[in-house]
This record gives sequence, C-alpha cells and structure tokens, in this order.
Amino acid sequence: MRALPALIALALAIPAPLAAQDSLPPAPYAYNQLEDPELEEQARELMLTLRCLKCQSQSIADSDAPMAGDMRHQVRTRLAAGETPDEIRTWLVERYGDYVSYEPRVTASTWPLFVIPVVLLLIAGLIIRGRLTRKVQPQEGAE
Amino acid sequence: MIAEFGLVALWFAAALAGLQLFAGFLGLREGGEGIAVLARPAALVQALLCGLSFLMLLWLFARTDLSVALVANNSHSAKPMIFKLSGAWGNHEGSMLLWVTVMALAGGLIAFIERRLPERTMLATLGAQAFVALGFYAFLLFASNPFERLAVAPAEGNGLNPLLQDIGLAFHPPTLYFGYVGLSVAFSFVVGALLTRQVTPEFARVMRPWVLGAWVLLTLGIAAGSYWAYYELGWGGWWFWDPVENASLMPWLAATALLHSVSVLAARDALRAWTVMLGVIAFSMSMVGTFLVRSGILTSVHAFAVDPERGSFILALLALNIGGALAIFATRASTVAEGERFSILSREGGLVINNVALSAILGIVLLGTLYPLLTEAFDVRVSVGPPYFNPVGAIFLFPMLLALAIGPLLRWRQDSFARIRRPVIALAVTGVVAVIALWAITGIGILPLLGLALALMVAIGSVLPLRGRSLRRLPLSVWGMVIAHLGVAVTLFGMASDTAFQKERLVAVNVGDVVEVGPWSAQLEAVSPVAGPNWTAIEARLSLRYEGTEVAMANPQARSFWSPPTETSEVALTTRWNGQLYTALGNQAEDGRWQLRLWWKPFVTWIWYGGLLIGLGGVLALLGRVSGDIRRRVADRKIADRRADEAELAAETAS
Amino acid sequence: MKRLRMFLWGLVGLSLFLFGLFAYQLSQPKDEFVESAMIGEPMPEFDLRPAVEGYPGLATADLADGKPRLLNVFASWCVPCRAEAPHLETLRDNGAEIVAIAIRDRPEDVAAFLQVYGNPFTRIGADDISEVQLAIGSSGVPETFVIDGNGVITYQHIGDIRAEHVPLILEKLREAGA
Repeated sequence: MRALPALIALALAIPAPLAAQDSLPPAPYAYNQLEDPELEEQARELMLTLRCLKCQSQSIADSDAPMAGDMRHQVRTRLAAGETPDEIRTWLVERYGDYVSYEPRVTASTWPLFVIPVVLLLIAGLIIRGRLTRKVQPQEGAE
Repeated sequence: MIAEFGLVALWFAAALAGLQLFAGFLGLREGGEGIAVLARPAALVQALLCGLSFLMLLWLFARTDLSVALVANNSHSAKPMIFKLSGAWGNHEGSMLLWVTVMALAGGLIAFIERRLPERTMLATLGAQAFVALGFYAFLLFASNPFERLAVAPAEGNGLNPLLQDIGLAFHPPTLYFGYVGLSVAFSFVVGALLTRQVTPEFARVMRPWVLGAWVLLTLGIAAGSYWAYYELGWGGWWFWDPVENASLMPWLAATALLHSVSVLAARDALRAWTVMLGVIAFSMSMVGTFLVRSGILTSVHAFAVDPERGSFILALLALNIGGALAIFATRASTVAEGERFSILSREGGLVINNVALSAILGIVLLGTLYPLLTEAFDVRVSVGPPYFNPVGAIFLFPMLLALAIGPLLRWRQDSFARIRRPVIALAVTGVVAVIALWAITGIGILPLLGLALALMVAIGSVLPLRGRSLRRLPLSVWGMVIAHLGVAVTLFGMASDTAFQKERLVAVNVGDVVEVGPWSAQLEAVSPVAGPNWTAIEARLSLRYEGTEVAMANPQARSFWSPPTETSEVALTTRWNGQLYTALGNQAEDGRWQLRLWWKPFVTWIWYGGLLIGLGGVLALLGRVSGDIRRRVADRKIADRRADEAELAAETAS
Repeated sequence: MKRLRMFLWGLVGLSLFLFGLFAYQLSQPKDEFVESAMIGEPMPEFDLRPAVEGYPGLATADLADGKPRLLNVFASWCVPCRAEAPHLETLRDNGAEIVAIAIRDRPEDVAAFLQVYGNPFTRIGADDISEVQLAIGSSGVPETFVIDGNGVITYQHIGDIRAEHVPLILEKLREAGA
C-alpha cells in the first residue's frame, strides 16, 4: 500500500521542497509543547485533524514542512491564549475553506457524507431483519 | 537482443491469451469441443512465455543494460545486485509486467491442476481469466512497454536513489500484487460459474484457496506497509486514512468478507449471491485501488509517478471488467437462487452480520475517499480524514466484533440461545465490567475505551471454540480461524492502547539533559556526526532508563543523502514486550539545543503482531484446505482404481 | 429474487457513476491550489516589522487609506519568486503600488534578493512565523492579493505572475479602486 507509491514519492516529491527550504528557525511552538498537559492534549488532538496545506495529504501533526510548524505554533499559542479548539478550527476554515479541516462539517456540500452511512445502517438492518423473520424450512433438498 | 526477446515473448503470450479467450468462450457453444481442448494448453504456454519475458527483464536489470529506457531510468551499475533485481519491479512498467506474469502463472496453474469443476465452467473461467489478462497485455504493450530501447544509451543510470534501496520496499509491493492477482483468479471463477450457472459448493471449494492466499498476502502487505510508514515518516503514526492506504484497505475488506462468505457456500450451500457479489467487488476494489494510485486523481502523500493516459487505460479496463461482470450477474440473478435457509441465530447468521458490516465499512471508506473527488467536480474542496473514518467506521466495526466473539460458538443452520447462554453471558459480563473499570480508572476517549473492551471480548470469544475439543485432533482450518480471530483482538488492543495511553514529549535539550516520557527517562549523552556509504548524519546518543533501571541506548539520526540530496529522519525504536519507545532527532536550535521527539507507545507493536497472527491463521487455514483437497484427490483416485480393477475382474470372470 | 436484481442494477448504476466521475476528473487538469476564503473580507489586524533595512514594515493601517494596492507574498528562498520579479516591475510601471510580506526570511537574504531581482515594493513586512500569511488564507509563495482602498481583499493570484497575467491583475486593481 504505502511502499511502492511512497518509493516514488520519496524519489520525486521529498527532494523538491528541500530545494525551496527557508532558513529561519521554526516558530517557538512548532516543535515545543505547551506547559499545561491538558491544553497540549487538546492541541495534539486538534493538530491531528488539520490539514497541512503545503504537503500532500498529511495532518500538521505529522509534517516537517515549515508551514505546518507555523500552523502548530498558531494552534498552541491560540489555545494558550484561551481559545477553544473549535474556535481555532473555525478561524482556519474561515481562511482556507473546509479543505483545511479533516473533520467534515455538515453543510450543503457535505451532507451525503453523513446521510449515506445512515442509509447503509438501514440497509444493513433490513438485510438482517429479513433473515430474522425468515423461517427455517424443515430439511429438504437444495433449491 | 534480450529486450527484443522479452518483448516477442510478451507478444506471443498476449496472442495465446487471445487464443485462450476464444477457446474458452467458443468452446462453450454447441459443437465447440474441437476448439475447447486448446484452452488449457494455451494457458500453460502463455504462463511459460510470460514468465520468460519477466526473466528477460530481470536479466536486463542484472546486467544494467542502459540501452533499455526502463533500466536507464531506474537502475545504476553501482547498486547492490539485490536492488538491481528489485528495481525491475520498482517502477510502473516493471510492476505491471510482474502483475501480468503472476496472473499468467496462476492461470497456467489452474489450467494444469484444476479438474473438480464441470469442464464447461472451467472453460468459461479460463475464458474470463484470458479476458482480464488481455486487457493488461494491451496496457503493457501499447501504453507501458518495459522493453523500450533508447536511441542513445546513457553512460550511467538514474536510479541510485538510496532511499529506494530498502529490502522492505523491494518486497512489499509484489506482496500486494500477488494478493490482487489472487482476487483476479477468484473473479474469473465467479464469472465462469455465473456464465455456466454453476454457483455451487464445489465452485466455492475450488475458489477458496485463491481467496485465502490473496487475503493472507493483502493482510501481510497492509501490516508491513503500516509498520513501514510508522518508522519511516518519523511522527509515530501508523494509519492516516490517506487515499493510497484506503486504496489498499478496500480490497482487503472485500476479501475478508468474501473469505467468510465462500466458506459458508462451501460448507452449507448458502450465501450464493453474497459470494458472487463479493468476488466481483473484491477484484473491482483492487483495480479501483490501482487506478486511484496510478492515475494521480487523488492527492496523496505517496503520489505515484502519475500519468493520466495510463489512468484512462486502467479506467477503461476497470469499466470493461467490472461493468461487464456486474451486468452478467444482474441478468443471471436467478441462477444464484438463494441456497439453503438458516436462522439468524446460527453460524451462517453470524457470518451474514460479518458480511453486512464489512461491506458497510467498505462503503464508508470508498465514500470518504472519493467524496473530495466528487465535490472537486463542483469546485468545492473538502477533506475527509480520521475524525470522519474512525467514528463512522466504528458504528459498523463494533457490532461486527461482537458477532465475531459469539459467532464461532454457534452451530450451522439453527441454534438455540439456551445452548450458548453461559459463554455469551460470561462474555457480556466481561465486556461490561471492562468498560466500567476502564471508564472509572482511566477516563480515556470512547472509541479506545470500547476498543479495549471489545479486544478483550474478542480474545476470549476467539479461543472459546477450543473448549471441550481435543486440541490434537482439531483440523488445521479451525486452528486457523481461532488464531486469526485472536490476531484481530491483538491488533485491536494495540490500536486502542496506543491511541489511549500514548505519551508524547517534544523538547529542545542540551547534551546532558534528561527527558521524561511515561515510564522512561532519556539522557542525551552526545550528538555526533556519523557517515555511511552514501550519507552523512547527525546522531544522538540517548541512554534510556525504564522505571529507573538502565536498559538501552537509542541512536536516532537526522540523515542527509547526497545523491539525490535528501534528508530523512531515522528514528530509533526501543522495543519492550509492552510497547515501544520511539525517538526522533530534529534540528539544532540557534541556542545550540537539540530538538528531540519522544513517544512512549504502550503495546503499539501488538498492532503488527496481531497482523502476523491474522496472516498465520490464514496460512494454517490454507494448508488445512489444500491438504484436505489433496487427500480427497488421492482417495478419489484409489476408489477409481478399485472400480477399474473390479470391472476388469468382472470382465475376466464373465469371459 | 426481484430485490436482488434491482440491487444489482443499482450497483451497475453506481459503478457507472463512479467511472464517469473518474473519467471526468482524469480529463480535468489537476489543480493543487488552495484558494483563500478571505476574498471580500477586510485584512486582519497585524503589524509587521520591516523585512529589510531602509524600507518600512507593513501594518493593517497602511492598507486602508483609500488607495488600492497589490500585496505580494514572497520569500528570498522561493524560486518562482525570482521568475515573477520582472512582471512585478511591469505592474509597478503601470501604476500599481505593491507592498510585500516576506515569509520566514532573514533581512540580509531579502536585501540580497532585492539587489539581484529588483525592488518594486514600497513596504516590506517580515512574517517570521507565517502569521499574516495564515491570517489571509495564503498557502504558499508567491501569491499576490489585490487590496482595495478600504483594506478589503478583492482578488487572489496563486503562483508566480507571468506576463499574460499582468493585464488581468491591473484590471482587478482598477476594479478595486472604483
């Protein structure tokens, strides 16, 4: 699964950003945790659900990209300043749209994501109910 | 010459696939016996030619023949031999040739040994197999020729990327391809059985080893890939719900359901429609996965060297194979009349729950993976990630695990609750007590909490079928089931435990400083440069103490390769029976301190131990089934011999 | 039996839909850009120190004085920014006022960059932790925003500006001034 594609990705993708690396040290809270373990836990949970915009399909909690570090810094300092994780997520969504959040909201364009599982649940229920009500025939030959 | 020879062999193999297709399908018609006899030999010779063609490619790579474009782009004369050879399939064209070769070998094998099915069904199966294979031959020959020559051979190849010289990377992808090929064989059997209206227990028994084998390989492939991502990406994650990961998970989900379904069909002549449908879906999912990965239409951290033209080709094959098979199925729905009846409180009933839940999870993974693609068509960009997949998947996964804990205790066809009351009550009490205790003591999140409780229940439930049975006389296939189910519990326990109890420390330290993480303390003793054959690195020496006693050193590195210039983080993993300490070295800050990332991940290794157990269970079941088949074949032959003797004797006495 | 058949045809329909979607997406050029959702919104509050000696820094107050401007997000370490430089000069020569934000950059690097590739900017703020970049929904360098006289973002150009983009950007700037 990962490896073959990753093999190529390693060959092609990773050196590319290196060519455009910046020279400044990472933001203070990019690689450092908050003092308060409870806030840090909130930060970690939030960061795992925010998309790194510079990288392909990684959360900011799993990325070495400088911009991901700057986003982690924003998350941690804002939490420390008293904002809630939801407020921070909203702040980012206001700037980048729903793309930045791995946690889809229910909106006009995402409702099928939530309706279809319910439909699947109903179908599953129907299939199993169909079995429940069906009588077992006394032993006889195959149909 | 070698390249041309390989190409010619490939063309001939393709021609034979064409012959096999005609022999298979025309042979089904009235008076087609003449051409029908060609189907099996065509499959056999095709396997030989295709294997030969692949050997030629290996030879080209072994010799580093730089006049061949594929070799020049992907190899280098200074590579170790093993990576020269693995380079043959570490690229698009070579991997497709490997895929087709394995498919041809599988086709040759069934043509050679499989005699249990009615000959008409076999013909249709071989025809279907040839149809699928022809698509891939066309893809190879017209859109991704591995033997293409360069007008001017370069002085040296381009493929010295040291990151690709990893033994895991060399053998991981073929594992998945072999799994996909196994599913393609199952698919051919399904189409053959549908066309000749022979969806029977015998068909299920013939198909089962292929499904089992494919499933074992997919299981091991996914587990290995997950472990690889875990140590390679450097942040301690082992599953990201990335599109490429999902692309490999979907065929596995379908194959898991198919595996259970096919067992019911073989044993009880029930779940015919389920088996046929899952057989089609399992193969479609492996093609959808291939398409998603290679067309590049989804954004993934593992972007393949993508090419829309190849994407269109795979899409056309996908539409032809899957659309065709589903349409055949829909028109023949009546031939898979329901089969034997059973009550919901029976082994079959439990397996129906399993099928329904796995199919629903498959639906959700498919939905979540493709939804961003759908909204993109309307210029709306959304992301679907772990906060969606985890809870929504759990809605179906958790009831399925309950069924897994109880199902194997049930009898076939019909059972009474009274008979299994005691173990079920014991399981329920265990589960409830575990949930309450964990909730009171730890205060962890709801998903890991239920995960831990269910892991316990599944572990107990999976060994209960051994109760009151003679362990020495137990068939291998039952051992396989027990061990695989136990593996599910172990994996689930590892996942839930790591999610719930992981401890993380990100710090900047000076040499001499001590960092505490969970029960560990790590002292940074030194940071020094080290050099390897094609890299230099900064290496940290950490002395580790577990609960105060000195146990080990950990040496994470920040490594720089120079050709091509690449930086990687080589993490250090310190394994104990109850988990892993994961350490990674970051950059040096301006004040001279070093960035360290440490994670204590309790029981995280159990995720992959469980994966190994699941695979082992599959292997045992496969061995049990195949040895049973062989015994039956020998017995059948003996009976036939005796009959012949008797007839001869009777003829002699008569005369 | 009838239900099974209906279900199967449903499955055929679903897969046709999926194949159609795949085919459509294959035919579309892959667009990796993440657009800012801040178009039509006022610039957030910020005050950046000067990125290089001799030029003023950039603050929100500098942007709401009735005059429309271009805001260029760039960095000395970014390769496309170099390719873009001459076209920024063209824009300036056509009357555009361009202010800039340098992302994660050292003053000496910025100075060297301006020395080599020219300086079309009137103000350059230094954004060392991508703070303002995140606040305006920019996801990379270079990007160029049109800010109207009230300090409201009216247009975003992602990627380097090429010769063919210049008229459109001038047009957007004129609209913002109206």
